[in-house]
This record gives sequence, C-alpha cells and structure tokens, in this order.
Amino acid sequence: MNSDSLGPALADTPAKFQLTPKDSDTGELDGDLLEVSMGPHHPSTHGVFRMDVVLDGERIVKLKPVFGYLHRNHEKIAEGTSYLASIPYTDRLDYFNSMTNNWAYCLSVEKLAGLQVPERAEYIRVITAELSRLQNHASLLGFLMHDMGTMGTPLMYAFREREKILDLFESLSGSRMMCNYHRFGGCRVDLPPGWLDAAKKVVTEFPRFLDEFENLLTTNEIVMARSQGVGVLPKELAVNASVTGPMLRASGVNYDIRKVDCYGIYERFPFRVPLGDHGDVYDRYMLRILEMRESLKILEPALRDIPDGPIVDPKAKQRGLKPKPGEAYGRIEAPKGELGFYLISDGSTNPYRYRVRPPSLINLTILEDMCLGHTVADAVIVLGSVDIVLGEVDR
Amino acid sequence: MTITADQLFVSLKHAIVGWFPMFAQPLVSILLSVSAILLTFGLLFAIATLLERKGLGRMQNRYGPNRVGPFGLLQPVADGLKMLVKEDIIPRHADRVVHFLAPIALLASVLLAYAVLPFGRNMAPADLDAGVLFFFAVGGATELAVFMAGWASHNKYSLLGAMRGVAQLISYEVPLVISSLAVVMMVGSLSLVKIVESQSDFHWGWLGACHVFTPWGLVGFILFMTAAAAESNRSPFDIPEGESEIIAGHMVEYSGFKYALFFLGEYLGMFAASGLAITLFLGGYNAPFSFLNWVPSWAWFFGKLFALLAVFIWLRGTLPRLRSDQLMNFAWKFLLPMTLLNIAIAGLWRYAAAWSLPGGAMTRWILCAAPLVAAYVWLGRALHPHIKPRTYRFAEA
Repeated sequence: MNSDSLGPALADTPAKFQLTPKDSDTGELDGDLLEVSMGPHHPSTHGVFRMDVVLDGERIVKLKPVFGYLHRNHEKIAEGTSYLASIPYTDRLDYFNSMTNNWAYCLSVEKLAGLQVPERAEYIRVITAELSRLQNHASLLGFLMHDMGTMGTPLMYAFREREKILDLFESLSGSRMMCNYHRFGGCRVDLPPGWLDAAKKVVTEFPRFLDEFENLLTTNEIVMARSQGVGVLPKELAVNASVTGPMLRASGVNYDIRKVDCYGIYERFPFRVPLGDHGDVYDRYMLRILEMRESLKILEPALRDIPDGPIVDPKAKQRGLKPKPGEAYGRIEAPKGELGFYLISDGSTNPYRYRVRPPSLINLTILEDMCLGHTVADAVIVLGSVDIVLGEVDR
Repeated sequence: MTITADQLFVSLKHAIVGWFPMFAQPLVSILLSVSAILLTFGLLFAIATLLERKGLGRMQNRYGPNRVGPFGLLQPVADGLKMLVKEDIIPRHADRVVHFLAPIALLASVLLAYAVLPFGRNMAPADLDAGVLFFFAVGGATELAVFMAGWASHNKYSLLGAMRGVAQLISYEVPLVISSLAVVMMVGSLSLVKIVESQSDFHWGWLGACHVFTPWGLVGFILFMTAAAAESNRSPFDIPEGESEIIAGHMVEYSGFKYALFFLGEYLGMFAASGLAITLFLGGYNAPFSFLNWVPSWAWFFGKLFALLAVFIWLRGTLPRLRSDQLMNFAWKFLLPMTLLNIAIAGLWRYAAAWSLPGGAMTRWILCAAPLVAAYVWLGRALHPHIKPRTYRFAEA
C-alpha cells in the first residue's frame, strides 16, 4: 500500500509516520519511532478494540483507533425482522445498559407509530433508566481506576453496588443484563410485589457507597496527579466532534437531552446538570460522581410518586406492528451520551431503514486529539474515561 | 553446650557440620546455609503469594483462593505445579540465550543479597565488613536482568517495560542507598551484624533502641521503604509491569517455569529489601520491648518481615499507579533531597546529644524533626503545584 491510497490527509506525512502498511511480522523498529499495536487483545482496551499508536519514547505521536472486530450487522438484521423482534437485539448494543437501549428504540417506534405511554410506564422507564445510569457510572469509575492501576479494589467496590441493581433488574425482567423489558407504548410486565421497597432500599443506601468511593479516591494525590490536565478535550472540539453525554458536559457544554428534549416525564424531577471546566480525565471522573448524585434525586421522588394503572397502552400493537410510511428519530440521554434510533417505515412490518446513533462510537472518534503528546499510560486512562462498550461501537 | 530456642538452628548446623571430616567442613557449612536460605525463602514465597491473594481478596470484598486444600492453603502447590507443566514458549525472533539467562540472572543476584542478612543472633551467613555495600552491589544487578528480559524477548511491550524498569530501578537505587547511609554514618560500620548489635540496647529499660525511634531513623525508614517498593516493582511503583498499560512489561514473552522464576525473583527481592530495612531501622533480630526478650531472635526477624509484607500488600490493594515521569520526579525532586537532608539531621541528632538543651530529649526531638517536617511539606507542595481538588458548577435551571 502506498501513501497515496491513504487519502489526502496522510499523503504528505513521512512514510515512517504511517501505520498499517509495515511488514509487522519481523517487528523492525524504524528510526526513532516505535509503532505499537495496542489491542485487540489488551487488558485495558475494554473489549476488542485496537489502538495503533506511534511512540516517540513513550510519548504518543500518532494514534489510530481501529474498531470493527465485534461488528455483527445489527442494523441490517433489524431491517429484516419485525419491529418487536429488534428489541432483544438492542439489549446487545451497550450491554451494560439494556434498559436505556430498549427505551431509545421504543421511543423511536412510538414516534413513528404515534403511540402514547401510560403514566405508570413512564415512571417505570425513568426508574429503570436512572438505575441503569447508576450502575453504568459506578462500574465505569471502577474500570477507570483499574486502568490507573488500583488492582481492582475500586472496581470490586463498584461491582458490589452494581450487583444490587442487577438483582433489581433480574426480579423485574427475568434477566440481569439483557433485560428486553420495554415495549411499544409501555413495558413488558408490571413491577413484582415488593420491588419498589427493594429499589428504595438500594437508592437510600447508594449515597453511602458514593461517599466511601469519593473519600478513597477523589482527593487521592496519585489520582489527581494522574488525571488532572490529562486528555483535555476543549469545548469547541467537543462540539465539533458531536461528542455527547458526560464527556461533553465535562468540557463545559450544557447539553443534557433530559433537559433539552424533556422526553418522558423528566421535567417533573428536580435534578441539575453538573458541568466541568477543564475537560480532562479528572473532570470526566467527577462528572460521573455528580451525575450519580443527581440521578438519586430523580429516583427518590419517582419511586415515591409512581401511580397505579396500566403499564402498556392497550391500543399499542406489539406483534405485526405496521406504522404508517414515514420516518422518526427518537433519542434519549443514555449513560454514555445521546443514543438515538432513526427509523424509516414503508408501511410493512419491517423498518425500511434502521440506524443507530451510538454515543460510544462518536465519543471515541476524538481519541487521538485527546491522547497526542501524552504517554501510553495516559492513553489508557483517557480511553477509560471515554466510557465505551464495544458492542455499541461496532454494532 | 545447652541448646536454647534462640540458638536452635545454629546448634543444629554445628552438629551436622561436626559429623563431617575436617577438610569438608567449610563446604558443608556453606551448603547448609545456602540450602536453609533457599528452603526458608522458597517457602516464604509460597506463603507470601497466598497471603497476598487472600489479603487482596479481603480488601476487595471477596474471599481469595479457598478451593485447594483447607482454606485454600495448598493453592501455592497447585500454582507451582501448573507453572511446571506449562509449555515454555520462546518467541521465534527472541535471542534464545539471553532470553533463557534473564530469569536466572535475576534470581542469582537477588539470592546473593541474602548472604549478608542477619536472620537471627549468630545467624548471618556471611558477616562481611562491607555488608551494606555488598547488598547494594548485588542488588544493582537486577537491572541487568530486567533489561536482558526486555531486550531478548523482541517484543515492543517488553522493550517499553525494560526501559521503564531500568530507568526506575537506577533512579530509586540512589535514594535507597543514601537513606541507609544515615544509619551507616551513625553506627560507624558497614557490617550488618554490627548495625543490628548497635540497636540491642533498651531505652528506659523497656523500649528497644531501634533506629526507627529517632527522627532521622523514622524518616529514613519511610524513605527506604518507599524506594524499596520501587526497587521491587511493587504498587504504586509497578510501572515496569504496568498490567493495564503494557500488560506485563519485560515478562510478556515468558511463560511456564521461567515466568515463575521471575515472580520468585521479584518476591525474593522484596523480602531482601524488607530484611535490610529491618536490619537497618527496625532493630533486626532484637526484640522491640525488653519483656519480650525471651522470644527467639529469628522469630523477631521473620515476624517483622511479615509485618512489612502486610504493608506491601496493603499498599498494593489501595493505591493507583504513578506515571513514569511522575515517578522520576518523585525520586529526584522529593526522595533524594529528603534523604540528603536526613543525613544532615542524623549528624545534628548526634551532636545535639552532647548539648545541654532546655527541655532535654524533647527539645532534641523537636529540633531534629522540625526541618524534616518543613522539607516534607515544602517539597511535597512543589512536586505537584497545579494539582488540587476542584469544585464544580451546575447548569442554570
């Protein structure tokens, strides 16, 4: 492969900066630069993800994210199946947050077919989504600390809390991670008896975990030294790269779809949107801590005020749903950012076009800009702070 | 000759050596010492790995190994067997000879350091006049082994790990040596046995005269242990291994028994460094309190060793890893000035004993501790001037 075929951006880079065309079998070191392929089998790439990095000493001169190892044709499969049959597939996108994936997809179909959601189902959706956010952020911070080299202690603390929430999901939907719970115009089953009390207990106990976690790590000098000023993502770059979620807010942009779109019933809850000023790894860490605290402010009134009533719109047809021809884009604030589903209906039982807007993938595209000039050790924690799940990146 | 518990092993060795003809006795004596060290510390390695996994497990809300044998006590045996029967892979492009020699070089240099450590009263295998010097000289050879492993493996992660390792080990050798220099200066001898004997008195008749109970000794001990953690690649200085960054650093291409040898070498290095810390600062095999003098001296040595091991495990379970440039900054801008200051303070302590200060021992303590605390605060602030906790704002409405 010659340099011309790599496109205009790479045409004028010297040959030694180029990544793929090397005869990497012998692993010859070319000049002063070292080309290392981190991944797809690497303990810190959070899945089958590869970073082609060019190192000058340990400084990163060039970094190319390579993904696609987990591609499984999600969007094309969804175009060949009925609307209902795609819900279990959405579980497998961001497999940490199947609840929010379900919700985003159901929201799109509801827009497409013009369905209404009963009050109780809206509350259940908010509760499951915020619980999902809690366990996602907690385990992400655990993984981030693991990338910083804590031997998994914070990770185990976070997983202890995550287990409690997964237990709730299991008793609600029958599955811990692949919940397959939301339906068009509502939810699949009603809450089992005693579920609300169990959820209230988890929510009231959660601040204790957060305080413990913060006491151990937030002002730890090594954590601060490792993460402050590392992987800075400026505001303008974040907006231009269409970064969303906690990562965007860590760069100081006030954009939370729960506030912007007010989908569901989020306008009823008194939660605030925390913002960072530096856009570095430490801000992304703190933003997630603060967002968990805000999620608790949503969960408490939601668990208290949830009304009785039907959990699914009786007019909503699940099997053999045929929306009128048209298009719809439904988006929610998933724990990782804006998760959207774009659907085009041609009036048949299958969507004509089905497209996912995956927050992990789009947040990941900016990785090189955040890592340049930093060391390998920094690249690992910058990647950790982006919060990716490869199931969603590759689809 | 009466056999006391304290001199049990010494008497045993004398008895065994006595069975042999005169010309063979020196050789037998050496062989006995060597095999005793190999057996004891080999067993200690097995115990330490189990203890570490159990301890880390408890810190992480889990049980640790508990399936093999009662309470998982046979886990080290199972691990050892697994390591023995595993395939030994040598990469195609590796330098086969150097790749083979690296773990041996590590283990040999680490084991040599044990020759001068006094494990109990009359239990120093070789009482060299320059014992401290010998210890650091053979300890310095571990860098070579790390570099051999990294270079011969012909793997980029190995190379990165080896470069990190060499830079780190050489940097931390300096504060390690200088922090022990204060002890050498105060005792006036490089012999480890003499250093231990200098700590065999008791203050006020009950508190052991360990160097760690003086300002310079306490600071020296902490500095020494910090540098020792870095020397033995322990968290938070496990940068050459850097599991989440460069996978296993210089050990990436090692498998089976050679990997086990590396592991053994690292643990033995940690024990040796702890043993030296005990000898220099914690009173060696002496009892810390006079009323505990009846406990055999070797039991004190190994008891203190386990205590330091627990500290290492605790640190590993709690602290994140530093970055290599921060590690270098820490070594050169914090540890080194502190150790140099500590030598001056040791001198001050020595001369202040002769001055008739108002308030006596308390004033002497404050006089010597104040500069160290001031330097600690000032150097610590200067190390990370831009690092501080932050406050966060919330979006309007």
